[in-house]
Amino acid sequence: MARFKKEVSKETPKPSTASLPDIIFLLLIFFMVSTTMREVTPLVKIRKPYATEVQKLEKKSLVSYIYIGQPLNAKLGTESRIQLNDRFATVGDIQDFVIAERERRTEADRPLLTTSLKVDKFTKMGIVTDVKQELRKANALKINYSTLKKTNPRQM
Amino acid sequence: MARKSRKAPEINASSMADIAFLLLSFFLVTTTMDTDIGIFRRLPPPLDPTQKPPEIKKRNIFTILINKNDRLLINGQEGDIDQLMDEAKEFLSNPANLPNLPEKREEYIPLLGNYPVSKGVISLKNDRGTSYNMYIQVQNELARAIDKLRDELSMQKFGIHFNNLKDTSYINAIQKAIPVSISEAEPENVGGQ
Repeated sequence: MARFKKEVSKETPKPSTASLPDIIFLLLIFFMVSTTMREVTPLVKIRKPYATEVQKLEKKSLVSYIYIGQPLNAKLGTESRIQLNDRFATVGDIQDFVIAERERRTEADRPLLTTSLKVDKFTKMGIVTDVKQELRKANALKINYSTLKKTNPRQM
Repeated sequence: MARKSRKAPEINASSMADIAFLLLSFFLVTTTMDTDIGIFRRLPPPLDPTQKPPEIKKRNIFTILINKNDRLLINGQEGDIDQLMDEAKEFLSNPANLPNLPEKREEYIPLLGNYPVSKGVISLKNDRGTSYNMYIQVQNELARAIDKLRDELSMQKFGIHFNNLKDTSYINAIQKAIPVSISEAEPENVGGQ
């Protein structure tokens, strides 16, 4: 009964790509949820130290960052430098920086402002202490030493 | 006249994937994965130069010195970072009420009643040449000691681990009973930058 035989196409059928956008959107949503916007382009090398007793920084909008470490550009030497916003700074600039950061927030948010110190672990404490003294003078007393999390306290 | 098809023509969705890819790559480039975590500390307010520092009895101070070679001096004896947590814990809790460990002050705390709050202060002093890594390790050990004590108190009073406490009034009560009493001295310049 050849009449009822369906004609079979010789070509292999193309795989359906209709679900491709869905897959990509899924990926997109995953990245949107799990990542955060980059703050500044780093000019100094930051290798964070490890710690076990860490807490999460709650509100990103209430945090200002101070970076301390060796400059990434080797021409600038190996002495640890301070980076505020997108440029190098000196210890004397910190009070102005804190005031500028405070101005950007509303009156109600100002007391909650936290300063996150992102410091390279091979930095000497001298420069860190100078920064802390400046923060005290500027009355920015809430600080956070940025670290990485280590679950086992016995390997550090 | 040709009959029009009743069905509305399907919208071509093949470029949807391209649009989604574009958005995806935008987010990949502009965002970072790292969540910000760290050790929280509160700096002391700026000192009034006319005011003299308060007198603290010797038994109430636990001194830690870190020199430029990252060696520790704990209460006048050379020590190791591994023993720091246990010593700090013993100092802050003084379980046997020994006369050479800190005094306690009875204080009324809501939810806990009268609780003997330790008067002990940990004094941390570092050199300008100390490495930041060592400083963080010491801070971490001290934070661990305080965290352990808080956890023990929380288990004893409420039967819940301190990290699992949800109610802020409970958390505040525990934090008041075991305060973070770490004092950082002005640095001395011995080892150079």
